Amino acid sequence: MHPAETWWIALPEAFIVINLVMVAFAYTTWLERKALGRMQLRYGPNRAGPFGLLQPIADLIKLVRKEAFAPASVVEIPYIAAPIVSCGTALLAFSVIPFGPGWKVSHYYINGSVVNVPISLILIFALGSIGIYGFIVGGWSSDSKYSLLGSMRTCAQLVSYEVSLALSVLGVVLMGQSLNLTDIVAKQQTTVWFFLPQFVGLAVFMLGGVAETSRPPFDLPEADTELVAGYHTEYSGMRWGLFQTAEYINLIVLCGLTVTLFFDGWHFPWVHSLDKFGPIWFLLKLGILVNVFIWLRASQPRLRYDQLMRFGWKVLLPIATVNAVVTAALVVWI
Amino acid sequence: MTTLVPNTFKGFGVTLKQVFKKPITQQYPEYKRPIYPRFRGRHRLWRHENGLEKCVGCSLCAAACPADCIRVVAAENTADNRVSAGERYARIYEINMSRCIFCGYCELACPFDAITLGNEFEISEYNRDDLIYTKDMLLAPPIKRVPVADPALYDTPLPYYRTHS
Repeated sequence: MHPAETWWIALPEAFIVINLVMVAFAYTTWLERKALGRMQLRYGPNRAGPFGLLQPIADLIKLVRKEAFAPASVVEIPYIAAPIVSCGTALLAFSVIPFGPGWKVSHYYINGSVVNVPISLILIFALGSIGIYGFIVGGWSSDSKYSLLGSMRTCAQLVSYEVSLALSVLGVVLMGQSLNLTDIVAKQQTTVWFFLPQFVGLAVFMLGGVAETSRPPFDLPEADTELVAGYHTEYSGMRWGLFQTAEYINLIVLCGLTVTLFFDGWHFPWVHSLDKFGPIWFLLKLGILVNVFIWLRASQPRLRYDQLMRFGWKVLLPIATVNAVVTAALVVWI
Repeated sequence: MTTLVPNTFKGFGVTLKQVFKKPITQQYPEYKRPIYPRFRGRHRLWRHENGLEKCVGCSLCAAACPADCIRVVAAENTADNRVSAGERYARIYEINMSRCIFCGYCELACPFDAITLGNEFEISEYNRDDLIYTKDMLLAPPIKRVPVADPALYDTPLPYYRTHS
């Protein structure tokens, strides 16, 4: 289908995408603080640069220069590796998300995603599961009971919601008849955007996704105001920053995945001639979704832990299962 | 469950409504809200109209200070070195601002209304040593000034020792 990309095109492409994701991460934090501020009748950051636009850079400089303090009794190798694993897998997950149709420049071909593997959806979930190891191991190796309890909370929540998350995309996979994200996007182009037939799947996916990225109202892993910061209690400086990076990149990946699975990825609705500007439409849709998640954070109170577990296992999981079964039946018999 | 779902969406409406309002944040260094006229800030030592210091070095302020941040060393006035109106004067008068809790007991204890608490609160420094205010600094008017609200706006009058010193 797609001619293979040569490595000297793929390498710079990956480099550019990684850096763009990092920039997107930096300005997601800015956007979140700004939007949250406005929703609470505050300005948000407005000192560093115009509209506080240099705030993420100032934060980065501050975090890098800050002493990375570590307790004397940490288990050193996992303690240092944990944030790197979390951040690395979060970044890797973005590599399979298609952001454009692919472009032909003279007789070379530039792919629409960094890599195009047949099971890209499963790859994303697998990478997400590995990323959870970072949170668990980070909490354990800190050798602090609060970190350990925090990582247990994180572990229980992420494992619970990952089930619903995986089941909710099953409907999309059945309708798209592929595990390849590029194929799913192409299928939506010829049929219908999957958020219409799969609105239940979308709701479950987004709710599960908020829990999976441990953002409010499901931010029990951190719960800054009530509990000690959770698995990253004993982290500071840029090691803590990497955990934070992982969290925000997970959010971006989640939004990118939602766009890809339910909102037709990089396609512009109706006007096919605009498809070659795919990344722009992709970013636009991504931005809208990120705003929705910020809006959710500003609006809803945090769930209690038993409510969280009950919601995950007794509400989300049955709905996701029924949705998958019904979709399967409809796909077979219609 | 019947009210949970609509109420959840109501929450979204509430937050969205705020976006279109003007933030109520006061941008502090640019805009300084006028403070209450009886706000207790940086201290001030006072002189009589004839230039003599009101402080007679009695150390009652130091005795009253719960934070123990005032240090007074008194000396005798002589005919050729008359500093205060009384028999003695404060040769050294220091307030350690990093210890002071701005309770105002010193100005209550002072029998001559020599020390009062002003309104200035922007007295942070980069160095702890700079926070030890000497007598010269306390006698001089404060460098930074903060806007103070009109006392007439408030129903509690200023105490005598604030209006007459």
